[in-house]
Amino acid sequence: MAQVTLRKVVKKYDEVLAVRGIDLDITDKEFIVLVGPSGCGKSTTLRMIAGLEEISGGDIAIGGHVVNDVPPKDRDIAMVFQNYALYPHMNVYENMSFGLKLKKTPKDVIDQRVRQAAQILDITELLDRKPKQLSGGQRQRVAMGRAIVRDPKVFLFDEPLSNLDAKLRVQMRTEIKKVHQKVRTTTVYVTHDQVEAMTLADRVVVMNGGIIEQVGSPNDLYHSPATKFVAGFIGSPAMNFITCQLEQAAGALRVRLNDALSFPVPADRTARYTPHVGKPNLMLGLRPEHIMETRPHTEPNQHDFDMLIDVVEPMGMETLVYFTVNGREVCGRVNPNAGAEPARPMKLRADLSNMHLIDDGTGKVL
Amino acid sequence: MADIAARNPTILTGDRRSGLHKLMQRKSTIAFLMALPLILLIAILVAYPAGYAVYLATLNKGMTRFVGFGNFEFLFGRDTFWLVVYQSCLFAITAVIFKAIIGFVVAHFVHNIPAKGQRKWRGMLLVPWVIPPAMSTLAWLWLFDPSYSALNWLLGIFGIEGIPWTGEAGWARFSVILVNVWIGSPFFMIMYLAALKSVPEQLYEAASIDGATWWQRIWYVTLPMMRNIIAITALFSLIVTFANFDIVRVLTAGGPLNSTHIFGTWAFRVGIEGGDIPLGAAVSLFMVPILAVAATFILRDITKRGSEV
Repeated sequence: MAQVTLRKVVKKYDEVLAVRGIDLDITDKEFIVLVGPSGCGKSTTLRMIAGLEEISGGDIAIGGHVVNDVPPKDRDIAMVFQNYALYPHMNVYENMSFGLKLKKTPKDVIDQRVRQAAQILDITELLDRKPKQLSGGQRQRVAMGRAIVRDPKVFLFDEPLSNLDAKLRVQMRTEIKKVHQKVRTTTVYVTHDQVEAMTLADRVVVMNGGIIEQVGSPNDLYHSPATKFVAGFIGSPAMNFITCQLEQAAGALRVRLNDALSFPVPADRTARYTPHVGKPNLMLGLRPEHIMETRPHTEPNQHDFDMLIDVVEPMGMETLVYFTVNGREVCGRVNPNAGAEPARPMKLRADLSNMHLIDDGTGKVL
Repeated sequence: MADIAARNPTILTGDRRSGLHKLMQRKSTIAFLMALPLILLIAILVAYPAGYAVYLATLNKGMTRFVGFGNFEFLFGRDTFWLVVYQSCLFAITAVIFKAIIGFVVAHFVHNIPAKGQRKWRGMLLVPWVIPPAMSTLAWLWLFDPSYSALNWLLGIFGIEGIPWTGEAGWARFSVILVNVWIGSPFFMIMYLAALKSVPEQLYEAASIDGATWWQRIWYVTLPMMRNIIAITALFSLIVTFANFDIVRVLTAGGPLNSTHIFGTWAFRVGIEGGDIPLGAAVSLFMVPILAVAATFILRDITKRGSEV
C-alpha cells in the first residue's frame, strides 16, 4: 500500500539538467509508465525513486514519507533491471530469496514465498539453475520473481524488455500485465517503446527534455494530446503534421493547407479555434487512420480530395499510402482493396472530426 | 601448391612424396609444428634443469657416486631442514594472506577514486612491485639498521626502545615477511582492481535495493564474483613467495642462526656456499611436492566453479 509523490524533482549532472523539476502523483496500486525518447530523463527519474541517484532538488515521498536521504535498501522497493542484474554465482532460488535472507526472514517463510512467486511466473522447475543456464525470457521472469518475493511497496522496472526479441517482448508484456493484476503493487515502469507504454499503463507519463509533457490514460494521450511532441510520439505510424492557415470565409472557419486544399473546421471546434484565425505557424495534426480511401457513404466532417500517391506499403490488414503536402510526407491508411498504386492519383478522404490544431511556435495543441 | 596437390594427386610423382604431403597437411602435424618453438623453449629452460636437478640430487657430495635417496634421508634427519620447512610455510602463507588482504583493501580504495586521479594512484602504488627487489630490500636493510636507521629513530621519538629488526629470530621473520608484503601487495592490488572493474555496477545496485549493507555487498557480490581471480592470484603468489630468494638473502642471509632460511636461501647456502651441490639440489626439490599439492587443490576449485558460473 503505497503512493509515490514527486515534487519539483531536479537532477543535475555537473551543469547539465537531466530532470528539470517534475511533479507527479502516483496512486496506490497504479501502473505508471514513464515513456520518452532516450535522454529525456525517464530512467534518471526512476533511479531517483529507487535511491540509486541522488536528488539535486525537490522531494520524493513513498507511502507519505519523504525518502530523499533514505538509502535504497531502506526504501522497501524492488527493481527489475534492463539486463536483469541476476547474481551469476547464485541459483534462481538464491537469487529470489536473497533480499529476504538479508532481512533475516525465517527459512520456511522464504521458502513459501519463493515457491509462490515461482508458481505465478511459471519458473518452479528452474529454481536450481544458475542464471547462465537460462534463456533471456527466463532470466526476465527470475528478475521479476526476485521483485515479487520481496512484497515491496513499489515495483520499479527499467526498460525490462528491451533485451528480448520482438516476439518474446510481446509475450512478456502480457506476462507483466498479468502479474500486476495478480499482485497489485504500485508500479513505475520505464520504456522508450510507446506501444509498451500504451498497452501496460493505467496512466502514461510522457517525458521530453527533462520535463513531463503530459500525464494521462493511454486513450487520453492518443486522442487528446496536449503538445505536438506527445501527438507525434504516441501512435504508430506517427501523426501527420501539415502546415496550414486558419481562415474565416463567408462566416465559416476553414483550415487551408494550400491554394488547392482546404477543409471546413468541424462545427464543435469553431468556438475553440476562432481566436487563432490568421495566426502564423499553425499546423494541422491528423492521424493516418483519419486519412482513408473514399467511400460511398459520407459521415459529417469527412471530406474527399485527390492526391498523387508516392509510396504504397501493404501491411496485410491495411495499406499505408504516402503522399506529399506542402513539402511534407503524409501517411494515410487505406483498405488493401482500395486500389492504391504508386505514382498514380487516388481519391482520399480526410476525417476532420479528430483533427488537431497545433501552434508550432509553442508546441501546444490548441 | 598444397591445394593443387590435394585436388590432383596424380600430379605427384612418387608414393613417398605424397605420403609426406599428407602428413604435412594433417591438422595435428601443423599444430605440433606451431607449438614446437614453445616445446623447445620449455625443454631447454624447464625440463632439462629440472631433470638435471633430480639427477644431481642422487649423487654424493663429490658428485662421483650415485647414492639414490641418500641425500633425502640425510635431510630428514636434520633439525635445520625441518626448521626450513616450517619457516618456508610460515613465510609464504603469512605473506600471501597479508598481501591478499592489503591488496583487496587498497584495490577498493583505488576503485572508488574518481577516474581522473586513478591512473596516478595506480602508478604510484605499483612502485614497490616495479623496483628490483634486491635494490628495494637494500633500502629496507638500511631502514632496519638497529643504531642509525629511520625506523628506530622514529620509535625513539615516542620513547620506545629500538627494535633489533634483523637481529632477533622473531623480529627477523617479521621483517622479511614485511618486506615481502610491501613488494608483493601491488600485484594483488592490480589483479583485484581489474577483477573489481569487471563486476557489473548493476549487481551492486540490485544488491543495495535488495537491502544489502556495504559489507554484505562485498560478502555476497564482490567476493563471489572475484573468487577465481583471488584463487589464481593467491596460487601464483604462493609459488613465487615460496621460491623467494632475493629478499631473505639481502636482508638476513638466513640469519640469525638459520631462523629466516627458506628453501631457496638454504639450498644456496648448502649447495653453493657449503660446496655440496647434490644436497642443495635435494633441498630445492622439496618445494615441488608441497606446491603441487597446493596447486591441485586451488585449480580443482577453480575448474569446478568455472563450469558453474
